Amino acid sequence: MPWNRDDLAKRAAAELQDGFYVNLGIGIPTLVANHIPEGMTVTLQSENGMLGMGPFPYEDEIDADLINAGKQTITELDETSYFSSSDSFAMIRGGHINLTILGAMEVAENGDIANWMIPGKLVKGMGGAMDLVAGVKRVVVVMDHANKYGESKVLKACTLPLTGTKVVNLIITNLGVFEVKPDGSGLRLIELAPDVTLEEIAENTEAAYEVALSA
Amino acid sequence: MPDNAPENAPINSKVYADAKSALDGLAFDGMTVMSGGFGLCGIPENLIAALRDSGVKGLTVISNNAGVDGFGLGQLLTTHQIRKMISSYVGENKEFERQYLAGELELEFNPQGTLAERIRAGGAGIPGFYTATGVGTIVADGKEIKRFGDRDYVLETGLVADLSIIKAWKGDARGNLIFRKTARNFNPMMATAGKVCIAEVEEIVPVGALDPDNIHTPGIYVDRIVQGTFEKRIEQRTVRVREGA
Repeated sequence: MPWNRDDLAKRAAAELQDGFYVNLGIGIPTLVANHIPEGMTVTLQSENGMLGMGPFPYEDEIDADLINAGKQTITELDETSYFSSSDSFAMIRGGHINLTILGAMEVAENGDIANWMIPGKLVKGMGGAMDLVAGVKRVVVVMDHANKYGESKVLKACTLPLTGTKVVNLIITNLGVFEVKPDGSGLRLIELAPDVTLEEIAENTEAAYEVALSA
Repeated sequence: MPDNAPENAPINSKVYADAKSALDGLAFDGMTVMSGGFGLCGIPENLIAALRDSGVKGLTVISNNAGVDGFGLGQLLTTHQIRKMISSYVGENKEFERQYLAGELELEFNPQGTLAERIRAGGAGIPGFYTATGVGTIVADGKEIKRFGDRDYVLETGLVADLSIIKAWKGDARGNLIFRKTARNFNPMMATAGKVCIAEVEEIVPVGALDPDNIHTPGIYVDRIVQGTFEKRIEQRTVRVREGA
């Protein structure tokens, strides 16, 4: 059975390591915070200027001055610090963040990612996504394998305007997990979602990939 | 001391009585304005309203976001006072999308970190800098690319504005400011990058009341300061429920 939203977040959480500073994107990546393993210290960075993000507030704790990058109300922790947007992106661009987990519209076999714009349709903007993919040490994409028309989102080359080139390290879809080879020479399928077959992956994947299942 | 400062304002005060008088003589058609905030968090609500009431047109507004329909910078969109926006994300504003798709509004998207650094650089007298952000994307189209080590970087320019309007938590009559939690965001850099900066604060405290070691924006960057009242609208009210409640 393919992974659902929560399964995807849980699988992505397996990429966390003790001591990591992590930036989570909007949507499924935000759910990764619910799956941080017990006893592991992971510090969440929010690009609007906060390190050490806490959970959503109780009704009587809501503070309009305390939001995350998705504009949701949140809380602080004992370890929390606040800073300006330029300091925040110095952390990101300067390579101080260990891991970012982001959604995507398309990913290509060389690690290109498109996740911010559909020409003529959406006019929303890239927000911090281009800085994150350019500056964070490890970039993990979490997304559905196919779009709503059933077309593969794991492509030979992206068709939408890019967010970054050769930046993605790992792709987690509802069907399985692909590693982008460090030299950019292609993908390796390293994991299947439960009961998903190699044939199913083949039918739904435009990009070329090697099969390198570990178990 | 400004002519229209409150009666009890100290000598050498930058304090103005209200947002309208703080804006006096500064607004003109076609000007460039930096406006602080992230989403609706830490936005200069009173000065945006004063800018709307001033009736200035053809504004270029530099702000991470464009407010929501009818609030924040959305108010200046409703009245068609904005000609161009320089932003990183405008997804929360339907009127913005409508005006843009109808060709009524010019838009320049900057990656958020590039936008923040362009403003920081502008205020620090740095005309340009190289960043890896956006290389290989449409953001880098037409811009100089330079290789440092084994990586390509794109030249981005510093940004300055005729006026910056920002929001802080507390300030004093000399313009020293402190911000609160994530309402800091773009406000400190914008304070440095406007030819004139007006800060609106929740509370003006006596000079000397702020701990000098904890001042986020030194008063040199702030020309005028005004105490406002704030709605502090929340975009996404997310809560958790107490167990057993």
